[in-house]
Amino acid sequence: MARMKFLCDSDRCIDCNACVTACKNEHEVPWGINRRRVVTINDGQPGERSISMACMHCTDAPCAAVCPVDCFYTTADAVVLHSKDLCIGCGYCFYACPFGAPQYPRVGNFGSRGKMDKCTYCSGGPEADLSEAEYVKYGANRLAEGKLPLCAEMCSTKALLAGDSDMIAQIYKERVIKRGYGSGAWGWKTAYRETVSI
Amino acid sequence: MKTGLTLRAFVLVAAVSLAPLSAPVLAQGNPSGKNPTADSVNEEALFKQNSKITGRISIPDEKAATLEQPQGREWRGFHEGWMPWIGAIAILGMVILLAAFYFTKGRIMLEHNEHSGRKILRFNTFERFTHWMTATCFIILALTGLNYIFGKRLLMPLIGPDAFASLSQWSKYAHNFLAWPFIIGLCFMMAVWMADNIPKRIDWDWLRAGGGFFDGRHLHAGRFNAGQKIVFWVVTLGGLLMSISGIMLLFPFAALDINGMQIFQGVHAVIGVLFIAAMLAHIYIGSLGMEGAYDAMSSGEVDLAWARAHHDLWVEEQQAKTASGPQVPRRPVPAE
Repeated sequence: MARMKFLCDSDRCIDCNACVTACKNEHEVPWGINRRRVVTINDGQPGERSISMACMHCTDAPCAAVCPVDCFYTTADAVVLHSKDLCIGCGYCFYACPFGAPQYPRVGNFGSRGKMDKCTYCSGGPEADLSEAEYVKYGANRLAEGKLPLCAEMCSTKALLAGDSDMIAQIYKERVIKRGYGSGAWGWKTAYRETVSI
Repeated sequence: MKTGLTLRAFVLVAAVSLAPLSAPVLAQGNPSGKNPTADSVNEEALFKQNSKITGRISIPDEKAATLEQPQGREWRGFHEGWMPWIGAIAILGMVILLAAFYFTKGRIMLEHNEHSGRKILRFNTFERFTHWMTATCFIILALTGLNYIFGKRLLMPLIGPDAFASLSQWSKYAHNFLAWPFIIGLCFMMAVWMADNIPKRIDWDWLRAGGGFFDGRHLHAGRFNAGQKIVFWVVTLGGLLMSISGIMLLFPFAALDINGMQIFQGVHAVIGVLFIAAMLAHIYIGSLGMEGAYDAMSSGEVDLAWARAHHDLWVEEQQAKTASGPQVPRRPVPAE
């Protein structure tokens, strides 16, 4: 089985936010929830870079560890998913997540959170693959259709890569060697305790 | 044809006029064909400058501008590594301590000369209402709070993930909503009891004598003895800390950033388990630990002789206040 990861080549990302829009549209993500976002570092200064960020599907995921109802699980493709039937919306996973991936619809009084929503790596949830129930709760299941996540698939500059860890690391390595520079695989060290060595 | 020519001429003019402008820009950006992105930001350098990486975001969600905060892993280490141990040691430690006390010293019984048959009102209806409202909220808040730490470890294996998730969902609602009557009760308790709980010189004597626990002496005490004053201040300070940190958690990110939320969650959890341990001692001494103590907070009346023995200065004060003596007023007798 593959070890699925994202890799954002920030030397290619042009901050077009198409990945964000594609994700929102593909999964009918409600207003106020952002499974993916683009953050620009040093905006307007020389050397600014934009990075597209979503759930990194960490190895030994902190969200899963802190969940008080143990609603997370890791698929055979190493994708970190969760059950909205079990989630109580406590917000702990957001405190633990190094990447700010978990999102909560605001329901009810005070800052009361609804059930958490996050990037599923376009692979649904615990319900039967491609079922209506799965789509309503978690969005499309492209992995079950043999497709990769839409954000990476439609990236116009191919800055955002999705796929097996070894494969996308190899693509990135070749790019860096060919063009002579690269600002690294953002978030890999925090998420996987390893980075792409070039 | 004519249009085409004009356009070509325009492009040429534009190119010529822009050339002096663009040439230095190019020269500046890449003077010797070296890496044009040498000054680009990179993760490692950013982490050296700051503990987290923040940038600009185009969506109206300020916290989304934090790209990476590895402190999440530290918070996880605290929450899953330290917290269950802190909680278990504080609470089980107190239970063991109280059990040891009970089995070695037993209940503190009323002495035969502490029964006169006459009653004195110790806590009025409002005080008792306030106490029990706060106490009920506290017990539910404590149990639902402990569920966040120990539920998945102790309860979930017994009742299964689905039932446990439903229970935890309701626990969360209870925890969020009962926080408010708890805070109100806390304010009421401060209002009615703070004046009687200001530390005085005799409290020091009481503490030095260990409250008479060891030699059975009765020391001078006002309305509250030093031990009770300690309970009051533990509840007041603990309750205020829990309220402040709790309100921060109830309105996430209203006043704090992600690291602030992590710290306040930690404070809420640690103070919470210590508070629970302290209240176990209070519950023990107010019920099982001391004969007659429960009456003060249930009926509100205690025996006058007992009050004289344990709260002599307070009884004197009450008797001085009321010319007719300290007895509880007779309940109105219903007309035939």
